Amino acid sequence: MNYHLIIDVAKALLLARWKQTLVAAIGVTFSIGMFITLLSFMTGLNDLLDGLVLNRTPHIRLYNEIKPNPNQPIYQVKEYADYHHFIRSIKASGDRQSIYNNGAIMQVLQEDKRVSGFSPKITAQVFFNAGAIEITGVVNGIEVIKESQLFHFNDYIVAGEAADLEKVPNSIILGKGLADKLLAELGDVVQVTTAKGEIFPLKVVGFFQSGMLEFDKVQSYASIMTTQKLLGKPGDYITDIQIKLTNMTQAPSIAQEYRQIFGTDAEDIQTANAQFETGSFIRTLISYAVGITLLIVAGFGIYNILNMMIFEKMDSIAILKAIGFSGSDVKSIFLLIALSIGFFGGVLGLMLGFGLSLLIDQVPFTTASLPTITTYPVNYSLAFYAIGTSFSLITTFLAGWFPSRKASQVDPVVIIRGK
Amino acid sequence: MGDIILEARSINKYFRDPVTVKVLKDINFIIKKGEFVSVTGKSGCGKSTLLYILSTMDTDYEGELLIDEESMIHRTEPELAAVRNEKIGFVFQFHYLLNEFTVLHNVMLPALKLNKYRHDEVEHRALVRLKMLGIEHLAGKRANRVSGGEKQRVAIARALINDPDIIMGDEPTGNLDKKNSEMVFDIFKRLAEEFDQTLLIVTHDQSFAEKTHRVIEMEDGKITKF
Repeated sequence: MNYHLIIDVAKALLLARWKQTLVAAIGVTFSIGMFITLLSFMTGLNDLLDGLVLNRTPHIRLYNEIKPNPNQPIYQVKEYADYHHFIRSIKASGDRQSIYNNGAIMQVLQEDKRVSGFSPKITAQVFFNAGAIEITGVVNGIEVIKESQLFHFNDYIVAGEAADLEKVPNSIILGKGLADKLLAELGDVVQVTTAKGEIFPLKVVGFFQSGMLEFDKVQSYASIMTTQKLLGKPGDYITDIQIKLTNMTQAPSIAQEYRQIFGTDAEDIQTANAQFETGSFIRTLISYAVGITLLIVAGFGIYNILNMMIFEKMDSIAILKAIGFSGSDVKSIFLLIALSIGFFGGVLGLMLGFGLSLLIDQVPFTTASLPTITTYPVNYSLAFYAIGTSFSLITTFLAGWFPSRKASQVDPVVIIRGK
Repeated sequence: MGDIILEARSINKYFRDPVTVKVLKDINFIIKKGEFVSVTGKSGCGKSTLLYILSTMDTDYEGELLIDEESMIHRTEPELAAVRNEKIGFVFQFHYLLNEFTVLHNVMLPALKLNKYRHDEVEHRALVRLKMLGIEHLAGKRANRVSGGEKQRVAIARALINDPDIIMGDEPTGNLDKKNSEMVFDIFKRLAEEFDQTLLIVTHDQSFAEKTHRVIEMEDGKITKF
């Protein structure tokens, strides 16, 4: 086939009706542009919302749940093995909260290639004394550097310095909501009562705001050492090990493995936060559905315009066939017209989409719960542009296919004699 | 005796819609190289129908058609298109130029499709033919900006571009005034006599037909004289 000639003829037919062509191309441009803008914006928001939780959630958390001894004495009496047991005499013990032999566990994690990082943590239930009343709260003992590295701890500090936790002895960073309740300023000393009844003064070196109000009303952070002192525990006492993996999807199986090796409880992120995955999935699904609908509408526009063009160009098609163009040549010509509308419309659409995304990215967006965000979030993933391009070509190809086939089947005799 | 360019062997044709009517009945004839043949007959006698069968555009017939001593039955659509491109030149009643192209480009199209010569050679060949027909000054004009008589001459130049075995015309003067009709006839005659070009022209214009070398008369789907 002589491609140069086919392109020539297609170009001439396209330019002869350039206004119609333009309208069709604008349809594609608009739909692709909107598709990309919508997905970029939606994914940006999704990432933001997921990040609220997922950034701060370890992929696997090793801890010991407070639970009764699974090996009750009655179970060991053979005569009653087939009976229902009502007697459970050995109750849960608080001692088990600490992870035993955690130095060795961390050694193993250090060498595991699937682990990208981990940080130890102590969770302690306390009361904050505010005048006559006591407010329940939680002190999280953390290693500040690792916590910032793995869980973006630094991003949520709205006043003070995270590093001061390690530098200033007996210091604490309060949640913004908690600090407001305690009327605490930077540099103040707050009184903390532990579960065992000891009162402990801690110096406020910072505030953090996570974006979740309820969370900020009870949580506070201190160094591991301070927390160990607070609880009166030795230097090897930790209650949690938070693990980040290189590949998040492996979390459930690795959690299972660690549960067996280390003899602790292990919770993976998929189990802990199932609702977030579902939410993002549905939001993404809706964006794609809307985007694809736009493209299909544009496809119908192209279909109409090509159909009209073929109706108008019956004479030309007949004469092309009479002078030796075959049906497949004619089909190629009209398919090429459709694809060039799709291609040029699509390329302009990519630019429009990128432009609109940049615009949205400039729009101020401030909310009290998200201190690090100043403008609307946009995700500039190349994947959207690739999907947009391929989809514009596919839709226009399909929209062009049927009219082109019709054109290829035009019977020149009917046209030439029909005048 | 020249070579046989076109041969029809017992061609029958039916129109099936709305009722079956036999429009061509046992058509047999031979056209030799260099002949200037006209087909005449009253409206509805089937002369145009015959022409479209001979031109390979209509494939729904019985019998056998040979162009350049090759059978045209059982050929695929692209093969027939290639035959039309290389061996047949067309001149229609309505001028049927592609309005999106210039006159020169219209003439070049069949040769570009044939893809036998380089682009500049094709252009040269097209200009030679336009010059031969006295319309080289129109080369750069858009096809819809030239007059009816000029359009028909452009169509003839286009029919000639691939040096076809035969030129077929369906009422080529049917839509032209007397002066232009005569001019078109003179061109055909010159082609036949100077360039030994084979021509098969369907016309109901008796004065036109009488001046050709050979007249095939048709009546009611049959050839009555040839």
